Amino acid sequence: MSISIQSIRKTFGAYTALEDISLEVPNGSLTALLGPSGSGKTTLLRIVAGLDFADPGPGRIAFHDEDVSEISARKRGVGFVFQHYALFQHMTVAQNIAFGLSVLPAAQRPQKSEIRDRVLELLKLVRLEGLDKRRPHELSGGQRQRVALARALAIRPKVLLLDEPFGALDAQVRKDLRRWLRQFHDEIGLTTLFVTHDQEEALELSDQVVVMRNARIEQVGKPQNVYDHPRSPFVYEFLGNVNKLHEGKNVRYLRPHEIEVLFAAECNPATDLLARVHHLFSAGPIATLTVKLTDGQFLDVELSRKYLDELSLSIGDEVAVRLAEVTD
Amino acid sequence: MPHRSVTTESPWVRRLLIAAAFVVLSLFLLLPLAAVFAEAFRKGWEVFLASLHEEAAFSAIKLTLIAAGISVPLNTLFGVSAAWLVTKFRFRGRSLLLSLIDLPFAVSPVIAGLVWVLLFGAKGWFGPWLADHDIKIIFALPGIVIATVFVTFPFVARELIPLMETQGSDQEEAAVILGARGWQIFFRVTLPNIKWGLLYGVLLCNARAMGEFGAVSVVSGHIRGETNTLPLHIEVLYNEYQFSAAFACATLLAFLALVTLGMKTAVEQLTGHQSSNHK
Repeated sequence: MSISIQSIRKTFGAYTALEDISLEVPNGSLTALLGPSGSGKTTLLRIVAGLDFADPGPGRIAFHDEDVSEISARKRGVGFVFQHYALFQHMTVAQNIAFGLSVLPAAQRPQKSEIRDRVLELLKLVRLEGLDKRRPHELSGGQRQRVALARALAIRPKVLLLDEPFGALDAQVRKDLRRWLRQFHDEIGLTTLFVTHDQEEALELSDQVVVMRNARIEQVGKPQNVYDHPRSPFVYEFLGNVNKLHEGKNVRYLRPHEIEVLFAAECNPATDLLARVHHLFSAGPIATLTVKLTDGQFLDVELSRKYLDELSLSIGDEVAVRLAEVTD
Repeated sequence: MPHRSVTTESPWVRRLLIAAAFVVLSLFLLLPLAAVFAEAFRKGWEVFLASLHEEAAFSAIKLTLIAAGISVPLNTLFGVSAAWLVTKFRFRGRSLLLSLIDLPFAVSPVIAGLVWVLLFGAKGWFGPWLADHDIKIIFALPGIVIATVFVTFPFVARELIPLMETQGSDQEEAAVILGARGWQIFFRVTLPNIKWGLLYGVLLCNARAMGEFGAVSVVSGHIRGETNTLPLHIEVLYNEYQFSAAFACATLLAFLALVTLGMKTAVEQLTGHQSSNHK
């Protein structure tokens, strides 16, 4: 089910958390809300869930053309995974997952055996078979997160909302779980909106990335598009590493891989700049080189390790740097 | 070599401090407790049992149990509601409410008792109206209950507020999104999470409710066999030089204190055990 957000505003006293936000989350997509803390992304997610309400006005939230703005969180039918999972500590994994079904009014509540089957099915789906009798404190961070996911899915939600889904995990677990979540999303095809402050996570995982800043949306698009054609200096700096090159009064933004390094002897004064090697680092196939231009500015350059070895540079050597053509 | 951190004193200083602490505690806390039991049994078992069997003692025990039996459940209800209100919601006047919860701790119990006499006493604000309608509050059970409720109000709320504050509302929010109604959230999520803190608060509240002297003394009127609670009865006996009887009744309160202490320690160990598992 698609999510349609129109003209949402949210203020907390004098503080504006969201300023006239409109956004379409296509059916079946995995969309990332990306932004630094305080940009309003979590507030927006909570408003979609019904945990917070937007300021009165023209703003509305719709799931597949059905206006849900006035529907309470209890009846809105969304799946929500909290940043710290918010599992019920005193319940077993199975009881946690069954919660949404067991609180249904008696007339709608499935039989005990049906609930049991659904729990086992969900445990299988999130690859936690056999852990149904454990309690949350006996699980690892990654397992807890998947229990939270299974619990959210048990009520067959219309959309899935995830708040910083990998925020509380170790770097390695994060990477594994990220890949798993992408695969999982493709399997179940549920429209998913997730909040993150990690640009790598957003770019790698999502079909659509929404960059937010200071209560506003800066840019929306496919990850590759947003990365290659940032619409503002903020997006440029926020998505990946970037060099800021001052040319007179202008500032030019260059990705580290958009700079080429040559021997000083090959310098073409029309296009190239002379510089000295300031720092060298290589781990894996990509090497990072920091050079200092003659006017004192520093540039970070990414190049293949193989090419760096061919150049066989050491700190202090003079080189020429060729900047990529301005495309837009 | 034993582990020593920079903030630790040398071993003999440490031993001296620990020994001093034990001596002081024994003198101030254990000695009086021992004295209560020694005095109570000074004239033997028979006098001890006779003092408890006496009619006035019996009615004092009954009154104390009734007063605590009414005020502890009431304060459990009030305390849980107050803690729920101030921790799960943000509203204007919240900090005022937080200070009000502490008011009974700040006010001397005697003043707390006097306030009710001023309100409901024969010459108080509502006194004539109450007399017209033949309702007796002061020098009767309702007054004792009101005074006890007032004095013991903060125990449950004070125990729960910091606990619920640290727990936040994440689990409640998760329950709402999963479709739970208010009462389901309270009984299935909130209550299980606070049960040990609640038990702890109720224990302390009960201990104080049964032992309260000041406020109850003002409103009860000391009518022997009618409005004397156990602490008041002990005072009466003591003033009448019936030391053995006074101390015999005092052992009941002392025993209650020991039981409370034991249960409190048990709860602490259970919860300590649990919270160490959570991390």
